[in-house]
Amino acid sequence: MSESPAPARTSPSVLGVSNLVMRYGEREALRDVSFEAAAGELVAVIGPNGAGKTTLLSILAGIQRPSAGSVNRAPREVGWVPQQPALYSKLSVAENLALFARLERVADPDGAVERMLEQTGLRERASEQLARLSGGNRQRVNVAIGLLSRPPVLALDEPSTALDPGQRERLWSFIRGLASEGTCVVFSTHDVHEVQRYCTRALVLADGALLFDGTPAAFLAQAAADRPGREGGDFEGGPATGTGSGPGTGGDSPEDSRGGRGAAGYPIKDFEDAFVSFLRARGHE
Amino acid sequence: MISLLRKDFLILRRSRLTVALLVIYPVAIALLIGLALSRGPTKPRVAIVDETTPGASVQVGGRSVDVSEYAKQLFDQVEAVPTATRAQAIAKIQSGDVLAAVVIPHDIAARLSSDVSKAHLEVLYNGDALEQSLVQSSLSSALAQANLGFSEQIQQAAAQGIGLLLRGGNLGVLGAPANLVGLSQIPPLLRGVIAHQPPGADRAALERTLAFATFAAQNLALSKTVLSTISQPIAVHSTLLHGRRTPLNTFAVVVAVTVSLMFICLLLAAGAVALEREEHALARLLRGAAGNRRLDRPGGVLISREGLLTEKALLAASCSFVVAFAMLAGIGAFVHLEWTRLPLWLAALALGAVAFGALGVSIGALAREVRAASLLAFLLSLPLAFLALVPSGSVGRGLYDAISVVSFVFPFKAALQALDAAVNQSSPGLPISLVHLAVLAVVFGALARVGLRRLD
Repeated sequence: MSESPAPARTSPSVLGVSNLVMRYGEREALRDVSFEAAAGELVAVIGPNGAGKTTLLSILAGIQRPSAGSVNRAPREVGWVPQQPALYSKLSVAENLALFARLERVADPDGAVERMLEQTGLRERASEQLARLSGGNRQRVNVAIGLLSRPPVLALDEPSTALDPGQRERLWSFIRGLASEGTCVVFSTHDVHEVQRYCTRALVLADGALLFDGTPAAFLAQAAADRPGREGGDFEGGPATGTGSGPGTGGDSPEDSRGGRGAAGYPIKDFEDAFVSFLRARGHE
Repeated sequence: MISLLRKDFLILRRSRLTVALLVIYPVAIALLIGLALSRGPTKPRVAIVDETTPGASVQVGGRSVDVSEYAKQLFDQVEAVPTATRAQAIAKIQSGDVLAAVVIPHDIAARLSSDVSKAHLEVLYNGDALEQSLVQSSLSSALAQANLGFSEQIQQAAAQGIGLLLRGGNLGVLGAPANLVGLSQIPPLLRGVIAHQPPGADRAALERTLAFATFAAQNLALSKTVLSTISQPIAVHSTLLHGRRTPLNTFAVVVAVTVSLMFICLLLAAGAVALEREEHALARLLRGAAGNRRLDRPGGVLISREGLLTEKALLAASCSFVVAFAMLAGIGAFVHLEWTRLPLWLAALALGAVAFGALGVSIGALAREVRAASLLAFLLSLPLAFLALVPSGSVGRGLYDAISVVSFVFPFKAALQALDAAVNQSSPGLPISLVHLAVLAVVFGALARVGLRRLD
């Protein structure tokens, strides 16, 4: 179970995950993971390799069946954006969207295609085959397909992997726009800076266990509190220079959580540093 | 499923080179196999060096048989290249102009006429082991045919001489008396003489002579039959136990069409399923297909695993069916086929296509990418086709049993038998083959379903 209580939410919960367990033979990929998420939340799932991030998201999307536990949303109510674009390279952008709109039995497939072309800014490239698009544009189509049926929850597996900084920026702008319109977005990432910059909440997984559930600011505070003393630790940073808030009271906005000073007053260099420190303190390298 | 089918046809339409190869390659292979099967072995090209003197003959019972008759018999069995000398024949073999040479020696007539020595032919050839085996086999057969034909000539001459001895008359042999009495005429003549003889030593002697003449005439008549038997001791009488005999050319058509059906269907079905995995679309299409959670609201899936496999199998089956039927109908313009049996052709092609489609999707479900699926389909197709064409008795019993098992558990042989039954009324009958194909379709469909459990 996570160490921190989930942050208080004013919006009602749209996603409930209860006691998820996933076993592959003897190995437990997920251990009793539970959380809830509200409309408009941007929830990041982070953790080292093999932590269970993709397993968790694939269970949310209905790709894998959990060994135990439940999710309160049907697969169709969760928009799914896999890490690698699941698209047909011989079809055009519009044809891909139309195909999945029909498969999803969207009430107005043509309208949905038009809406997604508009939202993704790909209208001018609607008739181009996917094979001719850049990685960033493919990923936009990939996300658009996940949104065709206007799902209340969108799950993205490492959506910004293999994108250049410009494409990444545009993608996150688009995703934040979705969240601001009320979509609950759950995504996994290896880039912890994205957590710091974009998300409202972080779930930290390691060895299948949920170690942390809270805001990025709270995570920084927790990491700082965990920091061993100067003489005992390997932290090389100097005095805190960040402007973050105090322990356990991290600001709710991502902008408020760029570094900080822990309860013991030891400085946290950045979010990545906090992440490594947090995991080390719990025996995960 | 309709949306997916439309999508796949659209992708096929945009993959013209792939589709062209997918159709042209199997059709070309199938036509080559069909052509090879429909044509019997060609006559070997052989140099004939005839060293005999023109007009040399073998004397049989006062009649002569021209030795050149032997060369004529041999010419009929091979593609003869008349060659003047042995040295020229050797040069032609070495240059590859002919496969072999047969030298008919100048003394063959003398040796055939003599009672003590046997006539010999000289056969020359070279080449690798396979070619030597082929030449030896072809020449042995050709020489046996020529020997048989020549011995028939000699036998006819001998039989004619025996007939003259029995009937009497003019033998036509230099020095023979004219109007000789025949052996079969002697007994009635003697009976007439004996009837006028009083009992005594002379009558007894005449009666003994009558007995001998009667016995000799009967046995000489029998010897004509014996000569005929010796010239061809075993005659062949063929009986077909089951079904109808399939003409080689229409069987070749059936093989060619079935090979095309298999190739197109397997490659298309395997490739179509593997493409979903290669494009990472499988998980998106099938998510939630396992009914994998306790839900407080009903959930659905885009398509079930069974639906996806059925769609791919139908796509491949329909495409291969169209190509195979077009091929059958096209060949039907050149080879006589019974068009009244059209519904049976369609049934055989349709069920064959479905069974191949099921095998194809099971290959596609196991492979991670299109190239691997195509390679696997190729690796499986060719041996299946060749194994199904191995005739019983041509290999050891154990090996043939193993081949039969392999042919039984894959759809090629069943499809071939179904189409052969539909086109040529051969055995086993069409219903048995159709049931076999239906069972195989279900089995391979189930295997594909298992193979599709893994979504990544």
